Amino acid sequence: MSFLDLKNVTKIYPNGTKAVHETSLSISEGEFMVFVGPSGCGKSTLLRMVAGLEDITEGDINLDGQLINEVDPSERDVAMVFQNYALYPHMNVYNNLAYGLKNRGIDKETIEQKVNDAAKLLQISDFLQRKPSMLSGGQRQRVAMGRAIVRNPKIFLFDEPLSNLDAKLRIQMRLEIKKLQQKVGVTSIFVTHDQVEAMTLADRLAVINNGIIEQLGTPIEIYNNPESLFVAGFIGSPQMNFLDANLNNKTLSAENFEIKNIDSDYNGEVTLGIRPEHLIESENGLINLKVELVEQLGSDNLVYGQIKNIKDFCYRSPGNQIIKKGDTLSLNIEENKYYIFDKSTGKRVN
Amino acid sequence: MTRLITSGFSHFILFIGILIMIVPVWMIFASSTHSGLTINTQGLQMFLGDSFYENYLRVLLYEGGFFKEITALKMFLNSFIMATGVAILSVITSLMAAYALVYYRTKYATLLFWIIFVTILVPLELRIFPTYSVMAELNLVNSYFGLIVPISASAIATLFFRQFYKTVPDELLESAKLDGANTWRFFVDFLVPLSKTMIVAMLIFMFVFGYNQYLWPLLVTSSEQYWTVVMGLKMMSGSIVHRFAFVMMSMVPPILIIIVLQKHFIKGVFQDK
Repeated sequence: MSFLDLKNVTKIYPNGTKAVHETSLSISEGEFMVFVGPSGCGKSTLLRMVAGLEDITEGDINLDGQLINEVDPSERDVAMVFQNYALYPHMNVYNNLAYGLKNRGIDKETIEQKVNDAAKLLQISDFLQRKPSMLSGGQRQRVAMGRAIVRNPKIFLFDEPLSNLDAKLRIQMRLEIKKLQQKVGVTSIFVTHDQVEAMTLADRLAVINNGIIEQLGTPIEIYNNPESLFVAGFIGSPQMNFLDANLNNKTLSAENFEIKNIDSDYNGEVTLGIRPEHLIESENGLINLKVELVEQLGSDNLVYGQIKNIKDFCYRSPGNQIIKKGDTLSLNIEENKYYIFDKSTGKRVN
Repeated sequence: MTRLITSGFSHFILFIGILIMIVPVWMIFASSTHSGLTINTQGLQMFLGDSFYENYLRVLLYEGGFFKEITALKMFLNSFIMATGVAILSVITSLMAAYALVYYRTKYATLLFWIIFVTILVPLELRIFPTYSVMAELNLVNSYFGLIVPISASAIATLFFRQFYKTVPDELLESAKLDGANTWRFFVDFLVPLSKTMIVAMLIFMFVFGYNQYLWPLLVTSSEQYWTVVMGLKMMSGSIVHRFAFVMMSMVPPILIIIVLQKHFIKGVFQDK
């Protein structure tokens, strides 16, 4: 049974901007849902509507069987972790954690118990008497999560909580959030523009663009079967390569190669998408790549080059291979590992 | 070498500036410790005399005014009550006005703010007669209430608090809301503690403002019972050494307030950073 239910939710700002278009979505209890999309796509607005920080223009939001459209944020029993953490600067860590409990009229001993438990879970017991300004970024992050956990809410909302951390810490906190969520088992929505974060954290992923959910599914489903050009370009790192092509009678003709027997009845101009990791070197390959730049990552190399008029075409090669600028590589596409999109609508056609 | 000269020169200028400011005050203080006779025959004195206790005690306890109803001690008490009243009341009203202006998001908040702000252009002296007649109608002439209330709405303090509130990130309010804080709790638990340093600064500012009032207390009090120190400076009669002593004492409360509260001021600043 679904735990959080969004039905045709729409947000139109007073100035007429439509941030979210008739979005429907169901999240089941204990699920970790990630909203991912470029900045300004409406993902944060959607999250804030669940929290009650934005009014809902149209549609319904049900949480745990209760319609919460008009319910005050303080009564919704949701907890949110903000991008800048929004810790209370004048309170020490203990009071930061305890504040929400105090407002709920819980007795002192229970509060102390709960705060100490949460602090232990997040390993912040040593800092309980410190002010947030005396903590490092990672510690602040933990306190922000502690503040959410301690209230034992129906749902956790994360609004890009990792974007203020440095790269190493971000990866570490990402892991911890995932572990923590599995341990506590609270339904969570996590908003991010970072597709790696999205892929690694999500049980299910909603790729949002221009206020519309473009695709909803498990990370691997979305990676393997992007339904639109936008999703294909957004999910996967490095980005998928796109080539202009024509599809006629099941034959795809790009600038200098052809693929036959394509499983699609579409005819017309298309965009061919190939992931860098789905290319393999072979003699007499379809694509001849003139190498311009090699990024050596150790485990593998990212080779950027030119095919005829297309620049910055990327190929991911094994790390032990030595490729130099100026080399020409002959590449083939792995069996059926290509995606064809209608050029005008961006919809997948194969 | 040139650095030494410039540094020496700037210190020299600073030193001159300090002399210009300190010497007259020192001369008044030194003179106030002599007997009236010495001042009348030998002029102002640069060194301390031996009549300090005699002069200062006499000034504090001398019953002045036409009806002999007021002593300097009582004037200090009156000034203290008035200045403290003005400081506390204006900080409270400004805090709350700024809160309403920033957080109630009424349609006309900006317009309302500018209307409040324009009152800076209308000082008490301009509206003194209507203000007086209101106080007279309300029977508040010759009362502390009448001394304090009409000058306790501060557009400047409102401006300061408003500008400060605008720098408080929205996430703080949102986070507090999700933690179950209502409008009042957010004000009391967040904005007031966060603006602690500014509150102290405004308290100092408004205390000195209230202490320095002359025209309004002069107008709204006819009873000598309510004379303030600044009024007393004008009303004071008697020997020149006694007036000097009174002048010296009148400087003490504002200086004391600044010294005492500045400690908290600095402490607050360092704790928050």
